[in-house]
Amino acid sequence: MTTESLPTTLAETAEFLARHETKDMLRFITCGSVDDGKSTLIGRLLLETGAVYDDQLAALKHDSTKHGTTDLDVDPALLLDGLEDERQQGITIDVAYRYFQTPRRKFIIADSPGHEQYTRNMVTAASTAKAAIILMDARKGMLPQTRRHSFIASLVGVRSLILAVNKMDLVDYSEEVFNRLSDEFLAFAKRLDVRDIHRMPLSGLRGDNVIRKSQRMAWYEGPPLLEVLETLPVGDDDLNAPLRYPVQRVVRPTADFRGYAGTVASGTVRVGDQVMVLPGRQQSRVKSIVTFDGDLPSASAGNAVTLTLEDEIDITRGEVLAHPDRLPQVDKHFDATLVWMSQTPLVPGKSYWLKIGPKHVAAEVQRVTCRIDVNTLNRVETANLKLNEVGYGRIEVHAPIAFDPYRQNHHTGNFILVDRVSHETVAAGMIIDPRTDAPPGEHFDVGLPSRQLQFTPSRISAQRRQARFGHPGLTILMSGLSGSGKTTLAFALEEILFDAGHAVTVLDGQNMRHGISRDLGFTIEERSENLRRASEICRLFNDAGLICVAAFVAPDEATRAKARDVVGRDRWLHIHLSAPPEVCRQRDASGRYEAADRGEIASFPGVTVPFAPPTDADLVLHTDQMDAPQCLEAIRRLVNAKLNPNP
Amino acid sequence: MSPVADLAAANESVTRRMTHLRQLEAEGIHIMREVAEVFENPVLLYSIGKDSSVMLHLARKAFYPEKPPFPLMHIDSTWEFREMIDFRERYVREELGLDLIVEINEEGVRSGINPFDYSSRVYTDIMRTQTLKAALDKHRFDAALGGGRRDEERSRAKERIFSFRDRNHRWDPKNQRPELWDVYNTWVHRGESIRVFPLSNWTELDVWQYILLEKIPLVPLYLAAPRPIVERNGDWIMVDDERMRLEPGEVPQMRKVRFRTLGCYPVTGAVASDADSVLGIVHELLTTRWSERQGRAIDRDEEAAMERKKREGYF
Ligand SMILES: Nc1nc2c(ncn2[C@@H]2O[C@H](COP(=O)(O)OP(=O)(O)O)[C@@H](O)[C@H]2O)c(=O)[nH]1
Repeated sequence: MTTESLPTTLAETAEFLARHETKDMLRFITCGSVDDGKSTLIGRLLLETGAVYDDQLAALKHDSTKHGTTDLDVDPALLLDGLEDERQQGITIDVAYRYFQTPRRKFIIADSPGHEQYTRNMVTAASTAKAAIILMDARKGMLPQTRRHSFIASLVGVRSLILAVNKMDLVDYSEEVFNRLSDEFLAFAKRLDVRDIHRMPLSGLRGDNVIRKSQRMAWYEGPPLLEVLETLPVGDDDLNAPLRYPVQRVVRPTADFRGYAGTVASGTVRVGDQVMVLPGRQQSRVKSIVTFDGDLPSASAGNAVTLTLEDEIDITRGEVLAHPDRLPQVDKHFDATLVWMSQTPLVPGKSYWLKIGPKHVAAEVQRVTCRIDVNTLNRVETANLKLNEVGYGRIEVHAPIAFDPYRQNHHTGNFILVDRVSHETVAAGMIIDPRTDAPPGEHFDVGLPSRQLQFTPSRISAQRRQARFGHPGLTILMSGLSGSGKTTLAFALEEILFDAGHAVTVLDGQNMRHGISRDLGFTIEERSENLRRASEICRLFNDAGLICVAAFVAPDEATRAKARDVVGRDRWLHIHLSAPPEVCRQRDASGRYEAADRGEIASFPGVTVPFAPPTDADLVLHTDQMDAPQCLEAIRRLVNAKLNPNP
Repeated sequence: MSPVADLAAANESVTRRMTHLRQLEAEGIHIMREVAEVFENPVLLYSIGKDSSVMLHLARKAFYPEKPPFPLMHIDSTWEFREMIDFRERYVREELGLDLIVEINEEGVRSGINPFDYSSRVYTDIMRTQTLKAALDKHRFDAALGGGRRDEERSRAKERIFSFRDRNHRWDPKNQRPELWDVYNTWVHRGESIRVFPLSNWTELDVWQYILLEKIPLVPLYLAAPRPIVERNGDWIMVDDERMRLEPGEVPQMRKVRFRTLGCYPVTGAVASDADSVLGIVHELLTTRWSERQGRAIDRDEEAAMERKKREGYF
């Protein structure tokens, strides 16, 4: 830690300021689910770095007795709740900004809320952040929100993730708990597009590992949170990127002065540099760099200056100056990640204002190629985007503009879409380069092997397929022990649905092994791989518009959950066939139970490895108590209800 | 790249990296330029205080070699400290030669609205809030730059830099436009407007450090000097002119004091201080533990007072 004793004399203050003048700035966000302890942690950072004055503290003590949830005399969480209504509800619902400093750095915290419906707020908060603290309650571990927050942070280009496993005091400061949770997080976060990942155990309430290293977790060898924040690289990306200078304002105070005011978005511009204006492509040389404090020989990323050029050329607001050997792209079309922020869904083909840097142009989203489920990171086919959805789209602007892919340059790669009538900000956009930026994919821990891989979506929408077949694609998993009746019921169901005019097929675990999974044996890993392949195939069938009945043992919850994530929750039905192992053994004609008894099949669910009955099945059928027609009738009703939700 | 060249590049990066004050300054300049370009009729709300002084300084930088392309406007309650008005006239109008509008609620003056007979809530509403709204309407300003900072008060922490106001100048905290990167949504319909806060990300310490660094001229009331003071409800009030009504038995005492915020003298508390230079103020700020709003009587009316005032249109 770098607490510094405060100056006691004026001379010391002058010295203190001289030191502080070289301070830089870090903007970060904090993400967590409700009650993970986010407000408490931020409150503690503010309190302990001296960002709270005594009179505010007095007010806080007053509030702590009124609304507080702790037994301490000051509840740090109460520092943060800004708006009356929210305070009464006891939750934070918007983005709020907090400030504190240490001798090394000024910090800006964008505090964003944890609820699902507030993806838009989190994206807003993350847009200017270089780091994200991901809070995890040590008792709860990884939650869907943990993945969602981490994904959104990486999507918006946050470079550093800090996993803070909080409330360690409630798990006896256990090293084992921390290691387990942080390893699980790492396994997940490795696949995200971030630069560095930090992990630490702490207690915001008790102050362990927040400002100072905790004596109660001697086993933790890393630095406390504040030290990590103080030493994270703030990033020289903008400095090292090629020059981009969007002209914000043309300055003409007199006939003989023509300047171009703007902020250097990236790189460095020097007097004498040859520059090209885009999209116009005129060229000239930089004559001077003018500021209120005198002319400069050069100016780098972040500085607001005014340039004059050697030649009289016509430049308007929104054009971009660059070095001719390192030009941005110029086009009317590009692909982008869109985060939808409005109650009114995206309308493909509708004209919006698009604002990129200082420039605004009329633009439309020609089509949405897919949506990303922020919980599973799966791509889901869709034709539009609704509030808080993230997707990929093809944009057309009405006149060519200069831009870079967001991954290469945050400043020239982001934009907003604004409704032309309501003036609402409807979307945040990040330009992607289809040649290098593959959408994230991580089913079954298999990340996309290479960024060069491209995903080309079909031009036939799910709606059009549904119109043809009369129903959407659907996967019906029939799980259960060998001999529980999966295969029999699956093929019977296929016939019923086929006769009802549906496009349907069966994928059977055993049949798979005749072809696509011929290379697989029967270890736990190989069974899981078999199901992974099956679920990818189900998904392809469903994308093609077909109903797929999948008959698989599917013995463990984690594997089933992954399969469901691949297929997509909204087109997944799980029917579990339950019967006592003795009954199954009796029914089974294949001789596999005997083979398992003899040890010829390494792991056999129900014999040598357990079968974990599902807790989330849509229907459980006791096949030892019902006959096949009864079972089929129950299944048929469920499937019909799913296919026609509002008959 | 050779290791030596690598090192040289790294060193260059370090020296080119901007300090936090330069980043805040550049952000403010960017915002001001955006306002000047996009709006038809912007105004800078100038209250003569330190934050306004920093804003004014940023405006001069943003448009150099031009003068700021918008007027300044002061909502004059007629109860400001005299030194504030002197400073406004001498420095802003005469020395800098800027276009300065002064608006006074003449109706309020005629009706004798004053901070003694009326609660600070009523007084502020009539002499400042209503006057501001009327002035914005009268001049048809579609954007108003203000010196508010998010660290000032809890309810400000959520306000956007470009903060939308409806036709009645109301702020709707539940329905703010998301503000992404440094791309600002500046679209408004006729009659609607935007309040813009270029100092949103500054703290009080940043403001003072910047004033020191840039040697920005200020009203001398910020610096400690012997001044005639009476004590009321725990606040030290300066007897600035003959309009000050003394209670029976009150005798002004000379005390060495300064002001952390400036406004109407009868409702602005002074603090005891020896800080007679900006460096001294920074020194005091680093070693004392009281927020600047502490001396503002209007803020203690009730919890969340600020949020209510903003919804009503007070800046
Ligand atoms: N035991 C323990 N409780 C905590 C810790 N951090 C927060 N809490 C409690 O958890 C609850 C929720 O905390 P809060 O900060 O309001 O959560 P938020 O919803 O994420 O902002 C409160 O009752 C806190 O006192 C911690 O580190 N240890």
